[in-house]
Amino acid sequence: MSVIYVLLAISIVIALVFFVAFIVSVKRGQYDDSYTPSVRMLFEDELVKNTSDTNTTTKKANPTK
Amino acid sequence: MNIVKCYHCGGDCDMSTIFFDDKDFCCNGCKTVYDIFSSNNLSYYYDLQSSAGATPSVVKDKYNFLDEEDIVEKLVEFNDGNIQIINLYIPHIHCSSCIWVLENMNKLHDAVISSFVDFPKKMVRITYKNKFLSLKELVVLLAKIGYEPYISLDDYGKAKQPTDRSLIYKLGVAGFAFGNIMFLSFPEYFEVSGFWIDQYKVLFRWLMFVFSLPVVFYAAQDYFISAYKGLRSNILNIDVPIALGVFVLFVRSTLEIMFDWGTGFFDSLTGLVFFLLLGKFFQQKTYSFLSFERDYKSYFPIAITRILKNGKEENAQVYDIKVGDRLLIRNEELIPVDGILINGNAQIDYSFVSGESEAVRLASGDKIFAGGKQLSGAIEMEVLKTISQSYLTQLWGNAVFQKDKSSSFQTLTDRIGKRFTIAVLSIALIATIFWSFYDSSKMFNVFTAVLIIACPCAIALAAPFTLGNMLRIFGKKKFYLKDTRTIEQLAVIDTAIFDKTGTITTAKKSAVCYEGLGLTLDEESLLKNTLRASNHPLSRTLYSMLKEHDIMILDDYHEHLGKGIEGRKAANHIKVGSAIFVGNASEKNMVKTVVHVSANDEYKGRFVFHNEYRKGVSQVFKSMAEKMNVAILSGDNAGEKSRLEGLLPKGTLLLFNQKPKNKLEYIKALQEQNKKVLMVGDGLNDAGALAQSNVGIAISENVNVFSPACDGIMDASKFGQLHHYILASKKAMKIIKMSFTLSLAYNIVGLYFAVTGQLQPVIAAILMPLSSISIVVFTTISTNLMGRKLK
Repeated sequence: MSVIYVLLAISIVIALVFFVAFIVSVKRGQYDDSYTPSVRMLFEDELVKNTSDTNTTTKKANPTK
Repeated sequence: MNIVKCYHCGGDCDMSTIFFDDKDFCCNGCKTVYDIFSSNNLSYYYDLQSSAGATPSVVKDKYNFLDEEDIVEKLVEFNDGNIQIINLYIPHIHCSSCIWVLENMNKLHDAVISSFVDFPKKMVRITYKNKFLSLKELVVLLAKIGYEPYISLDDYGKAKQPTDRSLIYKLGVAGFAFGNIMFLSFPEYFEVSGFWIDQYKVLFRWLMFVFSLPVVFYAAQDYFISAYKGLRSNILNIDVPIALGVFVLFVRSTLEIMFDWGTGFFDSLTGLVFFLLLGKFFQQKTYSFLSFERDYKSYFPIAITRILKNGKEENAQVYDIKVGDRLLIRNEELIPVDGILINGNAQIDYSFVSGESEAVRLASGDKIFAGGKQLSGAIEMEVLKTISQSYLTQLWGNAVFQKDKSSSFQTLTDRIGKRFTIAVLSIALIATIFWSFYDSSKMFNVFTAVLIIACPCAIALAAPFTLGNMLRIFGKKKFYLKDTRTIEQLAVIDTAIFDKTGTITTAKKSAVCYEGLGLTLDEESLLKNTLRASNHPLSRTLYSMLKEHDIMILDDYHEHLGKGIEGRKAANHIKVGSAIFVGNASEKNMVKTVVHVSANDEYKGRFVFHNEYRKGVSQVFKSMAEKMNVAILSGDNAGEKSRLEGLLPKGTLLLFNQKPKNKLEYIKALQEQNKKVLMVGDGLNDAGALAQSNVGIAISENVNVFSPACDGIMDASKFGQLHHYILASKKAMKIIKMSFTLSLAYNIVGLYFAVTGQLQPVIAAILMPLSSISIVVFTTISTNLMGRKLK
């Protein structure tokens, strides 16, 4: 039954990984503006459809860069 | 008639439709923007949202001050000589097209490295190479495509405030610990003894202890601080029993696992803190595109043109303006300091300062006050007072602007919390004393159990969830409140004070009626054509009111400054203007806004201008007057008195010629008689009154445009609903009281277990979340039901 120690350790490590990921995302400001990204993510696909020279424009239009 | 809509801005195209590239445009500006977009591969803008654009405004010379290095330095967020980063507030941002086009700024200009829109805040963050594109060029470029940024004195040298994210962190910590502790305590809920539990429970319990540490010492710290502060100023607020509960939970649980008495209450402890923080988070609804803290700085320009002794012009920062300086005020510019008019055709709109809607004409040598806006052409003025000494800005020196309103108000929860704490402590004591005689081994157990179970989680949640939800409901109805405290204050209002101009009237004086002899068709045509030439605001209004006539060229036209205008065509001669100018000496009523007309030196009659009142003013006053005292404080003259008396219920107090300071003092005097005052205003002239009142609501025709510091901003179209909103706040308070009763019922059940000494951790672990969740469900459903009835 001492495998429980291993399992506990794994479960806590996984939980901590998610916790740290959460803290990092807050710190980077991902929770500051929860609206704009939801609109922004819809742009790129449409852009490919609408512009002729997709090569240059999509690269430039990527708003996350 | 088929009205053609502009392809760019969606406005009606009247006669001057411009047909370009198979599309209709209402003006050259819109066409130019379309041209810029389509030639730069940005026409996708119109596919995202049709007619999303704005007509670009003429901005020549307006941003000259951005040539000054010092000013640019204070505005940009980052500057290393090559690259600058700036955050600009762009009021026009309103749809996905806006986001898209602004984030593709680099297609318009190569020097733009990246641009990033924060939609809720209506901000764009632009990184650009300033060697190839100066800040001024960038701003002008934005203005050219209809996205003119708003730069005011408020932005100047403002330190970037770091966003406070501590609540999210705390919520994350509490949620993380809560979840893990729940898992770890699960085995012991069901299996009380057995080989497995006996062997591993020590490890499980100490793990729970470790998880609970950050919750108690980090996530819950605000409650301890607030309770401590409350106790120090002799107030038993709701945080006292909460802090006590958390503390007792932690100490008892730690002792339990140390001495192997039991599992402890770590699950309830972390759950409690998690739910409480959740309530706090929900309450914190902010409208990031609105600001409730504005002062005159948000209206004032950063720099103004100063004329040097040698006749040269320079851009001077407004704080650097000294007494005796000569300033050049261009058309549509705001006057930042008090001074004397030197020359130019001064027509100053003081609606910001006094609430008086009509522009004032000044002659050389007259005094000009800060806050006025020049309406026609450029003027020169000499400075009499520096910016901080000016008449308008002095208002902000008043102590009321330094005071924090929230500290003086005790919320319903705090008032209940006081009684609750006393009751809980006495129950705990009585139960302990009882057990000390009966079975002293259970004394500690019972005492702590009472404090744990009575921890007012549900009570503390009722207000945040009810009011937080109300805040959202009001927000959807375009009634934006600063915080939940405002709703509580609104519910107890017993006096309502209204400003007149701009608050209960619309911004324009558009209701005109004619009194006097009838005009012949020729006279009317002449009148219209005479008015056509004049730039006076009253002439413009009157012009647009009169029926359509053929445009004809006058033989003679004269404008007499401050008196009126006259025009002649063939044998007909017409005079329009003040009574004396027109030749009607008998006219005595000077308080009304009147334009007199005479034709061929024969007095004809007068046009009386009325303020147009908002829809539903009469009903709002009528229903409010039944419940509270209602009054009007106006900065205007008494010209509308008789009309207002007819419109409003009898007994409404009407005070005219009130200066900003008078309004503030009046409200202060009412408050000294223990009245709870609601102030409804609009302009900067009401700023003092709005700050002094218990609840200050600013009415705004366009909530994106600026309104002074206040507790709430209301869209002008919702004015008729004001009383319903107040009633809704009252109902919200009733809902809170109902949920208090509900949570008290839970507490009584819990206290039964606690007092009889049989509180098991599993009971606490069930009862606490159950009561919290049922309160949340109850308040959310009942406020939503109520919200549906609101318009």
